[in-house]
Amino acid sequence: MTALAALLIRDMRIAARVGGGALIGVLFFLVVVTLTPFAIGPDLALLKRIGPAILWLAALLATLLALDRLFAADHDDGSLDLILTGRAPLELVVAVKGLAHWLTTGLPLIIAAPLIGLLLNLDGLAEAALGLTLLVGTPALTFIGLIGAAIAVALRRGGLLLAVLVLPLTVPVLIFGVAAANAAVVGPVPFGTPFTILCALSLASLVVGPFAAAAALRQEIE
Amino acid sequence: MALADLANPSRFLSLANRVIPWLGGLTVIAFAFGLNLAMGAPDDYQQGATVKIMFLHVPSAWLGMLGWGVMSISALGTLVWRHPLADVAAKAAAPIGAAFTLLCLITGSLWGRPEWGTYWVWDARLTSELVLFLLYLGVIAVWRTVEDPSRAARAAAILTLVGAIDLPIIKFSVDWWNTLHQSASVFRMGGPTIYPTILIPLLVMTLAFTLLFVTLHLAAMRNEILRRRVRTLRLMQASAVS
Repeated sequence: MTALAALLIRDMRIAARVGGGALIGVLFFLVVVTLTPFAIGPDLALLKRIGPAILWLAALLATLLALDRLFAADHDDGSLDLILTGRAPLELVVAVKGLAHWLTTGLPLIIAAPLIGLLLNLDGLAEAALGLTLLVGTPALTFIGLIGAAIAVALRRGGLLLAVLVLPLTVPVLIFGVAAANAAVVGPVPFGTPFTILCALSLASLVVGPFAAAAALRQEIE
Repeated sequence: MALADLANPSRFLSLANRVIPWLGGLTVIAFAFGLNLAMGAPDDYQQGATVKIMFLHVPSAWLGMLGWGVMSISALGTLVWRHPLADVAAKAAAPIGAAFTLLCLITGSLWGRPEWGTYWVWDARLTSELVLFLLYLGVIAVWRTVEDPSRAARAAAILTLVGAIDLPIIKFSVDWWNTLHQSASVFRMGGPTIYPTILIPLLVMTLAFTLLFVTLHLAAMRNEILRRRVRTLRLMQASAVS
């Protein structure tokens, strides 16, 4: 247990230090959202309507940013070999690394989302619904992303491949995340229906992600 | 001859060389029958002659899913049993499956234009089929990015198994969501809802497409084995020179 806690603290420290890029995700999030009104025009009514979708899309892309270095950095400096030979179960190790990634990229996004939502003319109810869906849905993005990060661990063009592999798998999360955020504001479906499916997707990816990623890491390093 | 006997590539090659011409011949005969029946089938009273696109569309969709199914079983073969030919089978199936999925999407949109008034709608069945196509491209990208074939095989195998979640979503998308795409009409409780004059040509065409898939898959596996032999010979030659 202590080994896992130490790993969590280590990963978060690395993310917070120079070259870690924990807050670059939030910056990227802000930039993507800022670019959207330039592309579609500053129509506040339209922005209000598609705001949740823009924020979800930006969160999805921002989550991808730090993923490609998640295992690759450990692979480059050799600490991945130490982790693999260690006694902690690899599935748990991978899950802890995912948790660290979520705490350093997902959580800042959720905290920043209400502020950035103001730029898109979202009202209080929409903000709350969006924050809740992001809180429940972004772990799914991270844990699905783990699989891609593990597959692309030792590749030279890993980052590019990662996006191609992970994005199609995140389609259900995006669909139900945006559906729940919209349902809270305009209906006609009750908020609970897509929201519970979103919770289910997160829980399922919490199980599938670490197992598949650990299997991929074992195969890659062998 | 058991599956384990085929682990020897030479034995597989000799079997493939014997079987492929026969399978090719059967495929041609099945297509001759199927196309003949399809052309002879009466036009639909609403759709007119466009209903004939279905004779290409439905078997292509089936092969797109069969291709991923073959890849999933091969992935298990690679990861669990370490069968030497499993990764060859997985690699050979990917481009064929991708091609038929694309064919399914293209024929579907050509049919959709006159019938639905649009080439594309973001309906659950169409979207999940498009995601399947993207997943195929992702797997092919893995094969083309990792240089060492056995490592590429294991990475692709894990991705294949994760992507297999999309197959039931495609199959049941028309039942779970209220979609523009029609619901299941061949394999359903209470028998098919298609009139026999359309159903029989459709089934013959599906058989012909499946034979085509098996033939192409065996041929692609044979080519892949030969390609790997060439690679090994080149590596040996290169190390002999240096």
